[in-house]
Amino acid sequence: MHEWALAEGVVSAALKAADERKAGRVLGIRVRVGELQQLDKKVFKFAVRQLARGTKAENLNVALEPEKSVFECNVCRAEWGFRRGGLRPGEAESVHFIPEVAHVYLRCPKCGSPDFQLKGGRGVLLEHVEMER
Amino acid sequence: MSRWRGDPRLETAEKRLAEAGRLIAVVSGKGGVGKSVISAASALALSKLGYRVGLFDLDFHGPSAHVVLGAGKASPKEEKGVVPPLVHGVRLMSLVYYTGDRPSPLRGAEVSNAMLEMLAITRWGPLDFLIVDMPPGTGDEVLDLLRVMKRAEFLVVTSQSKMAWETVRKLLYFLKELKVPVLGVVENMRRDGSAFIKKQAEKLGMPFLGSIDFDRMLEDSIGNSEKLLKTDFSSHLEKILNRSLRGGSHD
Repeated sequence: MHEWALAEGVVSAALKAADERKAGRVLGIRVRVGELQQLDKKVFKFAVRQLARGTKAENLNVALEPEKSVFECNVCRAEWGFRRGGLRPGEAESVHFIPEVAHVYLRCPKCGSPDFQLKGGRGVLLEHVEMER
Repeated sequence: MSRWRGDPRLETAEKRLAEAGRLIAVVSGKGGVGKSVISAASALALSKLGYRVGLFDLDFHGPSAHVVLGAGKASPKEEKGVVPPLVHGVRLMSLVYYTGDRPSPLRGAEVSNAMLEMLAITRWGPLDFLIVDMPPGTGDEVLDLLRVMKRAEFLVVTSQSKMAWETVRKLLYFLKELKVPVLGVVENMRRDGSAFIKKQAEKLGMPFLGSIDFDRMLEDSIGNSEKLLKTDFSSHLEKILNRSLRGGSHD
């Protein structure tokens, strides 16, 4: 599962943050999860906890903060949200792996342009690590 | 209590690349000089010699390594990330698996994000060489490569055209200024035995690795790895690889 690769990054980054600050245990993390990546949140949380076992992040609290995806057209400035239903299954899966691939399959609903930007809600971002001093 | 925030992909990318052996970026200032064919043929040749080789097509706007290798319907396997398929002995990763036949209209920040995402999720496994087929110029991909793949060594490709050299010269200045390892300059598609590129490279203090003569049989071998390795092009390239990557003597 792709969620495992993303979880691996989050756990490594949290452990590195704790090492850099000579902290004790990692008590918890808050992860921003962009809608566009279509993460399976249950699998992701499970993967984080599994990967943290045997480390100073064992039994950490995992808080996920979902973020809506908002696109803005660079041509006509229209704004719209991501709808998974607007993609075919194979396309949605490609966007799940590489969110930028949205530019391949989506078009501005107002003017049809492929030239748009994602204003927020892309993927996984480690927002906060809580550690013991 | 202490707080921290950041992009977890950088951590994973570093970890994944740690076991990828030597990172060889095939670059040029100009398009159309044969970077993709040199990248793919180098990967094939090294694989035939028994090395474990990966090929990462970073030319997001014009991926073509899969065409040179004749990758067909090969696609990555999902396994706690993605494992690139083995195509004629080479682990090939490309954005094309996710875009199919469609163009990828990506701007700079999107190129950076896509590249970082691919580096974070791709499980190359242990490799001896990871060849990176780069787009032309000194744009986002090159800057990101320098930022994320800090161990990369650069193989610089040019044709004998003065126009190509004009851009390659600038690229070489750029790499020199950054003090990154440059393996040397390869002249591709040479037509008339000219020593122009050799002299120019030496003038810049850059190793000249050799010339590959224009091979009119090459086009017919694109997509057929066996045939590609039997071309005069590949035989010239193998000599260059032997002295630049395998420490062989000049001939």
